[in-house]
Amino acid sequence: MAETLIEIRALSHSYGARTALDAVSFGLRRGAFNALLGPNGAGKSTLFALLTRLYRIQHGDILLEGESIARHPRRLLRRLGVVFQQSTLDLDLTVLQNLEYHGALHGLSARQSRDRAAQELAWLGLEQRSRERVRALNGGHRRRLEIARALLHQPDLLLLDEASAGLDIASRQAINSCVRELCRARGLSVLWATHLLEEIRPEDPLVLLHRGRVLAQGEGAPLCRQHGCADLPALFQRLTAGDGVQAA
Amino acid sequence: MKIAAYLHAFTGVLKREFWRFVQQRSRFLSALVRPLLWLVVFAAGFRAALGVSIMAPYQTYITYETYIAPGLCCMILLFNGMQSSLSMVYDREMGSMKVLLMSPMPRGWLLLSKLLAIALISLLQVYAFLALAWLAGVEAPPLGYLTVIPALLLTALLLGAIGLFLSARIRQLENFAGVMNFVIFPLFFISSALYPLWKMREANEWLYWACQLNPFTHAVELVRFALYQQLNPSALLITLGSTLLFALLAILGFNPERSANARARG
Repeated sequence: MAETLIEIRALSHSYGARTALDAVSFGLRRGAFNALLGPNGAGKSTLFALLTRLYRIQHGDILLEGESIARHPRRLLRRLGVVFQQSTLDLDLTVLQNLEYHGALHGLSARQSRDRAAQELAWLGLEQRSRERVRALNGGHRRRLEIARALLHQPDLLLLDEASAGLDIASRQAINSCVRELCRARGLSVLWATHLLEEIRPEDPLVLLHRGRVLAQGEGAPLCRQHGCADLPALFQRLTAGDGVQAA
Repeated sequence: MKIAAYLHAFTGVLKREFWRFVQQRSRFLSALVRPLLWLVVFAAGFRAALGVSIMAPYQTYITYETYIAPGLCCMILLFNGMQSSLSMVYDREMGSMKVLLMSPMPRGWLLLSKLLAIALISLLQVYAFLALAWLAGVEAPPLGYLTVIPALLLTALLLGAIGLFLSARIRQLENFAGVMNFVIFPLFFISSALYPLWKMREANEWLYWACQLNPFTHAVELVRFALYQQLNPSALLITLGSTLLFALLAILGFNPERSANARARG
């Protein structure tokens, strides 16, 4: 089995005259916690919209196990679980209703959705909240619910766009650890997009995106050595001139 | 993908619409109060002024309340269709539309499911209104309450399709007020919902032809005839054709990138 699950090849995207992504290329390692680091406006969300087929690819390609997703877009969607930066939960529905709705949209019966929901909610510590309306949950629980929802159809790849945005430090760390545990225990491939250095470990496969371009990619520790930097904050300082990336 | 998966997706969309409908009691009440006001207050005032002679599908003289009842059923469907347009724009603005778009199901099927779900929920409201109208003395033949179901469903699909078509064109929630002024009111008032077409023709030939060009007129006539166990073939053809046209336009015009691009351009 190839080590690269998804390959992004020379991907470019513009909003009118403004270029959001400029010939971006990198690969996502199978079964790893892949980190996509970039300040606000780096192009992370645009990249997510292209990966999730919300936007049409203008230039370049995305390959899933060597095959272009332009040919089989729905095949990719079946294998993707996504947590967007902006919450996409229906606040007026209960936890279980949100999950059942998502399951149905992925072709699961109500019973299948409920069974899987029970497992995921238990795993994420939300089993007691299943009958509550989402509006009643705090930010951390809502994020956990979004992760449970993204896992419901048993994807191979979990995409998280600034999943810890708006949470307090403890909740941020808890969400990050939870996703790392998913990666380790289930062999799930993860793409974690963030602008926070504290959420990345030196051993994580890393892509640094800045103003729509990839500035560096590889594992954090070798990258630091390659650029003669002591740690990740120093590396980002050097490569981005301290533009918007936040250190712990 | 198996047929069962498509059915599960449809059931999921239908359940979500139902859950939201149950939770939004004020929406249900306002959907009932609006036509009831027309039936009880407006019709009582206009009964004397607007005599309705014997005309198909009625076999005798009827009260004005009886005449406008089918139009008021369609009014409920019209407001629901536009409400669905509003909720699509809201979902798009709030981001929850992404859940729908991330489904591996074909988008055409998802939109069709949404249309059908909205139509079925609207039907519940129409029957609640018909029950209240019956209590107020506005009755149709008993079998008519069954034969009208396909006509109501088709009308709900037509108006839902118009709503979806509009939602693809409305960039921001704030622009929705325009829909009230430029879509709902003209569709309703320039139709046979409140006045027979021959009355319109007596008043103004141009107005009559404007009513004839309005698909809502034909939907109202389809419902009126079906409620009296009769089929109006021309109304059926025009309503069916308009439904297919607007559903096609809504599906083809559905572009989630449009609003994002608009935002990015500022």
